[in-house]
Amino acid sequence: MSENKKILLSILVENYSGTLSKVAGLFTRRGYNIDTLNVAETQDPKISRITVTVTGDSYVIEQITKQLHKLINVIKISILSSESSVQRELMMIKVNSEGQKRSEIVQIVNIFKANIIDVSHKNLIVSITGDEDKNNAFLELLKPFGIVEMTRTGPTALERG
Amino acid sequence: MKMKASEAIVKCFEAENVDLVFGYPGGAVLPLYEALRNSAVKHIIVRQEQSAAHMASGYGRALDKVGVCIATSGPGATNLITGIATAYMDSIPLVAITGQVNSSTIGRDMFQEADIIGATQCFTKNSYLVKDANELPRILKEAFYIASTGRKGPVLIDIPRDVQETSIDFSYPEIVNIRGYKPTLSGNAKQIKKAVEMINKSKRPVICIGGGIRSAKAFYELNMFVEKTKIPVVCTLMGVDSFSNTSPYFAGLIGSHGYPFVNRMINDSDLLIVIGARFADRSTSMMKNSFSRNIIHIDIDPAEIGKNFETSVPIVGNAKDILTDLLVCDYSLNTVEWINASQHMRKDYMEKIYSHDTTMNPRLLIKKISDFLGEKGTWVADVGLNQIWAAHSFSAGLNKRFFTSGGLGTMGYSLPAAIGAKMASTEDFVIASMGDGGFQMLMSDIAVAREHNVGVKFIIFNNGKLGMVRELQKNSYGRQSYFGIEFGFNPDFIKIADAYSINSMKISNNEEIDKAIQEMFKNNEPFVLECIVDPEIPSVPRLGGRS
Repeated sequence: MSENKKILLSILVENYSGTLSKVAGLFTRRGYNIDTLNVAETQDPKISRITVTVTGDSYVIEQITKQLHKLINVIKISILSSESSVQRELMMIKVNSEGQKRSEIVQIVNIFKANIIDVSHKNLIVSITGDEDKNNAFLELLKPFGIVEMTRTGPTALERG
Repeated sequence: MKMKASEAIVKCFEAENVDLVFGYPGGAVLPLYEALRNSAVKHIIVRQEQSAAHMASGYGRALDKVGVCIATSGPGATNLITGIATAYMDSIPLVAITGQVNSSTIGRDMFQEADIIGATQCFTKNSYLVKDANELPRILKEAFYIASTGRKGPVLIDIPRDVQETSIDFSYPEIVNIRGYKPTLSGNAKQIKKAVEMINKSKRPVICIGGGIRSAKAFYELNMFVEKTKIPVVCTLMGVDSFSNTSPYFAGLIGSHGYPFVNRMINDSDLLIVIGARFADRSTSMMKNSFSRNIIHIDIDPAEIGKNFETSVPIVGNAKDILTDLLVCDYSLNTVEWINASQHMRKDYMEKIYSHDTTMNPRLLIKKISDFLGEKGTWVADVGLNQIWAAHSFSAGLNKRFFTSGGLGTMGYSLPAAIGAKMASTEDFVIASMGDGGFQMLMSDIAVAREHNVGVKFIIFNNGKLGMVRELQKNSYGRQSYFGIEFGFNPDFIKIADAYSINSMKISNNEEIDKAIQEMFKNNEPFVLECIVDPEIPSVPRLGGRS
């Protein structure tokens, strides 16, 4: 067995009802874990792109792609590496900004080219787009201020060129 | 042409040459039944929906076409599930049509509402919830195409009642174009070349076949290939009737319930050519882990290759196309000694298993019936000890079929599947063999055999116990651990046959076999033969002290 690695699968599917559930269900059924998943229509409304990250060894990854290929509504599956593709993830964080914290947060936001998208007396909501590592680093820096809640989309990606 | 969607479904059946459907009506399929009433498509009402799926499977398998079953929403649909899962595991083409509550009320837990698409997702090849009646013709066309191409399997179409009532402009599509579904049929030429080189270098090769040979209609090509290369053939449960069992190249069944000598052969081999088989746990459990042999794996489903074991040469494609390509190559291997050894082992083993002296040897009965049938007929084996006895002792061939629930191991399968098979081949004898447990699973559907005079010969091996589970308990925990495998009460099966106006006979020793065969096959009527067998008769005879 080779060692586990995290991979990103980009799956083009025909946009019928139940397709997402068939794709997602396949992972559970075969005992594989999905780390992240996002889905939306492409330029052709009949086709959607599902982007999934999974962790597994080479056997698991081969099995996942083969089993996914068997789903009738799956058109194409690409395994995207960080070299061959551009990957981005959107993250929104509601962070406590009472007292002196606000200006400190604004500084970090500027360094990371993130955005403040909502301001209230107690909290700020900031959004950031980037690869997973950048987002993780940003999150670490905000943690000490007190994160109220957060959400992240998981990466989505396109092949270069 | 304007018509109701329900009528369009029947038109699609006609376009797909569906002349017979198995089903059970209910509120959510009323419009479809109204359309069926006015059509030439024959409908067989079953007694439990699971049987409808098995009958459609047996019928379709015998005719090499797609079987169709119908059930209403809710419990009708959920009862189909086991039958659909059985077909899925054995790659049997099936179209299952279920009614659904009105589309505007889906999700509100209406009377007889069940999410059958969700429930069957993992054992259908594809499924459709029809929301727009105009899509129905395309969906039906796709369903029949998907079910019967590539690696075959069941497709489910769930149709809300109001959709069935909707008026549509009907025309049946002539072609199917599904972007994500283009099965690979011909094998890669480079891989085939590699395979031939590997075969020529081998000294002790074995061909292992599964249901993929029959599915691809490659019986003839396989036979030619074996004659040319002179490689011995072993089979999985699904592959029993994929090669003539009387051929000098035939060794037998592999796996946990295969012949011990066949498993030894696999372990001694230096090359294994697996064709149209998944090669799953039950087949490979007796194989030694130290894999020093090469493996060529030919399968239409790329996901099967490399799933259960590492493959040296994978070839994705249809068994018929690939065998045809392999046939034109030159072979220089010499297997005389290897074949002779295999034949010697087989002969030795066969002599011993039939000479065993017991009050009633079920294998002897099966063998005698098999001999009586000659070159034709169909044996449908249930699950349990009887499945293994039949797989070993029934001698299948080109027109002598062997059906069983190989993958899912569904008890109760044989009775309805045999009825379906018999409806497809009215002239040939069809035998269903089962235990007393399997018979009682779906015995109510024996009424269908009587109602339509379907002359299946039902053989019940009665040991009053769940013999296979009992054997597993003994092997796992010892003799003292039998539990939950004994029927404290069994009905009188002869009286049950009587109640259904089916002739019957009960035998309990080997002397009565010939008379039973005479009685059973004297006409083309259904018949019940009850055989009292000793519960100690094992699935596989372990001869010569080897375990």
